[in-house]
Amino acid sequence: MSDATIPQQGARANNPARFRRANDESPLARAILILLAVGGLGILVFAPLAAVFTEALKQGWAAAVASLGSRDAQSAIRLTLTITAIAVPLNAAFGIAAAWFITKFDFRGKAFLITLIDLPFSVSPVVAGLCIVLLFGANSALGGWLVASGYPIVFAIPGIVLATVFVTFPFVARELIPVMIEQGRAEEEAALTLGASGWRTFLTVTLPNIRWALLYGTLLCTARAMGEFGAVAVVSGKIRGQTATMPITIEMLYNEYLSVAAFSMAALLTGFALITLTLKTALELRHADQLAATRRH
Amino acid sequence: MHIDIDDISKEFGTTAALTPVSLSIPSGALVALLGPSGSGKTTLLRILGGLEFPTSGRVLFNGQDATGLTVQQRRAGFVFQSYALFRHMTVFDNIAYGLRARPRKERPPKAEIARRVNKLLELIQLPQIGDRYPSQLSGGQRQRVALARALAIEPRMMLLDEPFGALDAKVRKELRQGLRDIHDETGLTTIFVTHDQEEAMELADLVVVMSMGRIEQIGRPQDIREKPATEFVRDFITT
Repeated sequence: MSDATIPQQGARANNPARFRRANDESPLARAILILLAVGGLGILVFAPLAAVFTEALKQGWAAAVASLGSRDAQSAIRLTLTITAIAVPLNAAFGIAAAWFITKFDFRGKAFLITLIDLPFSVSPVVAGLCIVLLFGANSALGGWLVASGYPIVFAIPGIVLATVFVTFPFVARELIPVMIEQGRAEEEAALTLGASGWRTFLTVTLPNIRWALLYGTLLCTARAMGEFGAVAVVSGKIRGQTATMPITIEMLYNEYLSVAAFSMAALLTGFALITLTLKTALELRHADQLAATRRH
Repeated sequence: MHIDIDDISKEFGTTAALTPVSLSIPSGALVALLGPSGSGKTTLLRILGGLEFPTSGRVLFNGQDATGLTVQQRRAGFVFQSYALFRHMTVFDNIAYGLRARPRKERPPKAEIARRVNKLLELIQLPQIGDRYPSQLSGGQRQRVALARALAIEPRMMLLDEPFGALDAKVRKELRQGLRDIHDETGLTTIFVTHDQEEAMELADLVVVMSMGRIEQIGRPQDIREKPATEFVRDFITT
């Protein structure tokens, strides 16, 4: 601390008109903070990102592209995109419904419901996967009946969707609840007094007011749904070309020492995540004026 | 419209917000519900608007039972305490909302909606602000837009919850006259909630003093000032 104050006093002696603002840090403290932030970001975010792409391109573009063109890789990509396309709209709908229910109505057990929504964050995905196997696996009564009727859940796409929906459930609801609590019920009540039906009120007042939080939650949900590993690993059975999603294919390829193929797939998955983030930023820039208007006045 | 409140009570869980109250409001009157916070005045206003339902008792509009009418069926022009303007819509769209929400066969054509909105913007003396968003308006302008939005649905009555509460003293005086003028022009039965006795006395034809979920006194401003019915009223209007 004394180190930090000495140069400050010197500066003041040379230029007595300059005072430090109350919330300014000393130059040394500032330098340390910036170093920590940049260093942390570099080690934790940029270095792994760069490593994924370097490893993927170690044998050149051709090898990377060829590995992604294989039948199993194509099937994994298609499967992941399909699962995401099913799980994200489901969770957007569940999230809106849950947030609406929690913020617009008063009822007993509300705190419990909020905790329940957070459950997928605190439960290990592997445990979630195991629960689905226990419930719908061929050894359970329900699962046995489903398999016999020709609708297997476990080791099939429905199981992977269930696991993904469970793990990514909180993203949309968690984004919406604080925004909807902050906005209150007055605008909805106003719409009702003006003669709008409940459904019209939702479409013309509630939805526009939450659209940015909804978009953000949906994008986070998308990124997480594409990357989900633990729960899906348990329920999918990892059948190559059938139930192996991108993250599972990456693991299998890596375990077989096919590092170019593994990292190419990883780079593609990273690319998907980066696209979602870019999309979000682009939308925010383009609609900055509306964004400002819908914030609190 | 003539409004009768017949033995209305309201309980939230175990707390009573309104012990049975009765009140008759003549058609075209400008009425103030006056009382401290927690006196039940806002609850009574929300029951009239259909935003809350009474635990017991009846509401009569022009002598007909309206207790079971939904909020949409009541057609009450409601002005909320912090105005509740739709923040993602322009002022024009805010005022047009109620007309556009009508079922297709009752909905006026586009040009007619525009004409009515512009007329209302003139009535509130803000003809140039149709393109703005609520966040770009001053507090007084927002209040007047909220008034215009409520008037757009051709309401059967006006209900205002602390309409001047969020404004500074000077603007408040101006808008008081504005509300009086609009009331006199439209002839609508108007009920507003306030905790400011000066505001109630100056603006209203009829003042209803409330406390702890009960009506303490109903009367013209000078009657209440000259002959306070209870100790509470005497205390409340002299402070």
